[in-house]
Amino acid sequence: MDLGNIVFPAIRAAIGVPAAAYALAALGLNVHFGYTGLSNFGQVGFMLVGAYGTAITVDNGGPLWLGVLVGIGAAVILGLLLGLPTLRLRADYLAIVTIATAEILRLLTRTQRLSGLTKGVFGIQRFANDFYRINPIPDGRYGIGQVSFSARNLWVILVGWGLVALVSLLTFLLVRSPWGRVLKSIREDEDAARSLGKSVFTYKLQSLVLGGVFGALAGILLAIDTQSVNPDTYLAVVTFFAYTVLVLGGPAKVLGPVLGSVVFWLLLQLTDGILREGFNMSGGDVGAIRFALVGLGLMLLMIFRPQGIIGTREGAVLDDR
Amino acid sequence: MLGLTVLLVAVLGGVAHAQESGTSVGGTIFRVDDAGDRQPVAGVQLTVRQGGTDVGRAETSEDGTWRVELPGAGTYQVELDTKSLPAGVGLRDPDRARLDNVEVLGGQQKNVLFPLGKAASKATLGDRFDRFADLTANGLKVGAIVALAAVGLSLIFGITGLVNFAHSELVTFGALVAWEFNSLGLPLLVAALFGMAGGALLGFALERGLFGPLRRRRMSTTALMVVSIGLSQLLRNLYLLFFGGSPRRFEDYAIQQSVQIGPITILPKDIVIIVISLSVLLAVGWLLKSTRTGTAMRAVADNRDLAESSGIDVQRIILITWVSGAALAGLGGILYGTTQTVSFDMGFTILLAMFAAVVLGGLGSAYGAMVGGLVIGMAGEISTYWLETEFKYVTALGVLIVVLLVRPQGILGIRERVG
Amino acid sequence: MTADPILVVDGLRRTFGGLVAVDVEHLEVPRGAITALIGPNGAGKTTFFNLVTGFDRPDAGTWRFNGRDVSHTSAPKLARLGMVRTFQLTKVLPRMTVLENMLLAASNQRGERFLAALVPSVWRPEEAANLERARELLARFGLDAKRDDWAGSMSGGQRKLLEMARALMVEPTLLMLDEPMAGVNPALTESLLGHVTALRDEGRTILFVEHDMDVVMSISDRVVCMAQGRVIAQGTPDQVANDDAVIEAYLGRSHEAPA
Ligand SMILES: Nc1ncnc2c1ncn2[C@@H]1O[C@H](COP(=O)(O)OP(=O)(O)OP(=O)(O)O)[C@@H](O)[C@H]1O
Ligand SMILES: [Mg+2]
Repeated sequence: MDLGNIVFPAIRAAIGVPAAAYALAALGLNVHFGYTGLSNFGQVGFMLVGAYGTAITVDNGGPLWLGVLVGIGAAVILGLLLGLPTLRLRADYLAIVTIATAEILRLLTRTQRLSGLTKGVFGIQRFANDFYRINPIPDGRYGIGQVSFSARNLWVILVGWGLVALVSLLTFLLVRSPWGRVLKSIREDEDAARSLGKSVFTYKLQSLVLGGVFGALAGILLAIDTQSVNPDTYLAVVTFFAYTVLVLGGPAKVLGPVLGSVVFWLLLQLTDGILREGFNMSGGDVGAIRFALVGLGLMLLMIFRPQGIIGTREGAVLDDR
Repeated sequence: MLGLTVLLVAVLGGVAHAQESGTSVGGTIFRVDDAGDRQPVAGVQLTVRQGGTDVGRAETSEDGTWRVELPGAGTYQVELDTKSLPAGVGLRDPDRARLDNVEVLGGQQKNVLFPLGKAASKATLGDRFDRFADLTANGLKVGAIVALAAVGLSLIFGITGLVNFAHSELVTFGALVAWEFNSLGLPLLVAALFGMAGGALLGFALERGLFGPLRRRRMSTTALMVVSIGLSQLLRNLYLLFFGGSPRRFEDYAIQQSVQIGPITILPKDIVIIVISLSVLLAVGWLLKSTRTGTAMRAVADNRDLAESSGIDVQRIILITWVSGAALAGLGGILYGTTQTVSFDMGFTILLAMFAAVVLGGLGSAYGAMVGGLVIGMAGEISTYWLETEFKYVTALGVLIVVLLVRPQGILGIRERVG
Repeated sequence: MTADPILVVDGLRRTFGGLVAVDVEHLEVPRGAITALIGPNGAGKTTFFNLVTGFDRPDAGTWRFNGRDVSHTSAPKLARLGMVRTFQLTKVLPRMTVLENMLLAASNQRGERFLAALVPSVWRPEEAANLERARELLARFGLDAKRDDWAGSMSGGQRKLLEMARALMVEPTLLMLDEPMAGVNPALTESLLGHVTALRDEGRTILFVEHDMDVVMSISDRVVCMAQGRVIAQGTPDQVANDDAVIEAYLGRSHEAPA
């Protein structure tokens, strides 16, 4: 057993692009679930429309920047479509409709009828060349020892975490403002907010769209990193991972998702390494055990430490008579 | 939790993983000439798809054979391009140029048939009616299964406020347990009883070991929803670990010849499934209406505080609901596995339909879930008359959203109280 | 009846299944006065509040607030128009501080708009003014020491006080209180009553639900009594207290008798 084969990949994973992308997706969920109390279980649907919006635009001759805008626009529209019929109803409807819609969007991208746009199950590749063309980092490898990245990798990583920083700052400004206070009041008791003159529905819609746009950014980042979009990337389990990231870091904490994502990927990759190196397990089993452990982890966190790594116990367990 | 894992290991342990190699689908295309001899037809184009995606294409060779290698077990669609048939030759059944549900097992060299005859001018009104009738029967079957599986989901929601995302894993569990016993040689009907008992046991364990204690800690229903998501993830992957990734069939009824009832062409096992599920649904409806426990269940789902103050033992009712809801979910899974295949994620594939059914019928209403399940199942199947199969779920969601817009409390639901 | 009632309700009806919870032919709430709404448990008082404030939809009926038909106006809009209610079962925002509960309630905040929220200099001044007002109100209700505590950590009585103070942050013209004194310690009740009369003297209108007849008799200008969804009597406190229908409604159901 080589310890290096376990530790170094884990460190790489913790600062890699997927970690940044999941931080973004969870930052979005934090706006929904952490601050507004909306149960969006279809965050992956926002990632999907972001990524496909980008890829399809470029595939049809548009520039990448336009694709990114289209992706974001698609997330706004999806947010409105999901929100308008459900946000006036009790919370459970949103949960059900979002998970269903995300799955249906995935099925739709696979269908024959839309394959002119989506290229069906094969997906679309190599649409982010514009992004790599403007890479200012000179060729070479950067990093220390086994934890090093190519110039290409580093470029995506820097842009990814830069985006995370930007979105965190935006979240920080918003949740410290009276606008953020209204969101929190909706999470706590929307009838109370209503009785004080707050148009709860409008704020929920804004929250859903904003967090959805963060999700779209996550999807776009991942798609640019892999230079491909493919229906089977956007499984419901992506949303569940993002929830685990959020709960791990601490809901309703601005930096919770960021910390959560780093720790999540570190742990996930460590488990992977230990199972492979230490127990000589094969790919399929490792995958199943890892996923099962994420599920178990999400349950245990929710039960024993709902405030996450950095939250305070007090805020999480206040009894609301 | 530990007990649960042990239970799963005990039930599922020791199953070897099936290998998947050399899986393919193919056949021979021939016509019967005037002398009554079989004449192979060459140059016929066929396409194999999965979920709307091309998996492969083939052209029949001189001896009329064709074959497409498949990535693995699953449900495929095989379509014959009728334009590639020689002049004067057509499909005996013009509606069957595309076979929608070709089930292929891991390692199987599946054969499918496209019987040819004289070219029909156009599908007659009668043909179209037959197809519609078939779809309706199929819709009834799917709908009744969804309804069975969804009753527990709705009741548990009504009584505890929990939207249980792990309900799909109860569905799967019933089917897996039944499969294990069936593969040991027990007839499916007996194995099904074990499957339901397994489901019930898991329901019991979840309520006693997990959700009951959490409710007592006054965990919010939103937090419980997230817990149930984690649980679903955990269970599904444990199933995968112990049961393997490839779909299996029950030993019984794997291959059957369809029979003709009036305009409907149907497999005998599908008749049995429809009869069983509809009678169980009726029985559940009757039990809810006429027994003390059933009335108590509905009373608790309706208004928990009121029920509690009128002397109903709410904890007991909750437990009974979990156990019976899980057993019904398990039965739903077994029946679903009989029409399709048994796999570790089968429950998840009908979770959306169950949700749609429950919302459609009104969250928390048992009768609503039954009606909703039937409507969703029928709507999905019948929509394939006009649309491709992959739009089935889209139809279900469409129905769901329309209902939310015009009647948010569902067909049988009631408005809730504020203040 | 006063010439210019602040709230006029006509033909308001709400049923739950077979049960008629509210069935009010006509009711006027006089402006600038304290009106008490009494009635035995289950009389329909809370349901009446829910309907009028837009939290529930009636089967039939119209009502006007400040001369404006508001039968189809949403709850938040009504609150912004000046009709603010509290809840019988308090609805404080538990995981927000007492001060945040108060600040939230201030109306017309520019910082509550998405884009403006991003530029603190836009909303800082009004926030400071609201803070000032919130502190004054909290002091008035004896909650200033609790300012930075989680609202969820407060006692039942304190929650009632916070809810009332919070409602006042909205600057209502009609304040509707659903059992504001329930659970509040008697020493505090005294001062609460003082606040309520002071509010009237500032020109506000108050409609409140109360079971304690002493309280009702001591501060209200008018009393309306409901039973089984209907208004069975209204008038001055003395008139209502001596009304046969009222006495029967209470005694007939063996609840506390009017004083
Ligand atoms: N959502 C509802 N569903 C069914 N019945 C309801 C609902 N809301 C109220 N009721 C019924 O309507 C009647 C009036 O209730 P309401 O809460 O308005 O009474 P109240 O006068 O406020 O009583 P209390 O003094 O005890 O607060 C009661 O019989 C109650 O059970
Ligand atoms: Mg009341």
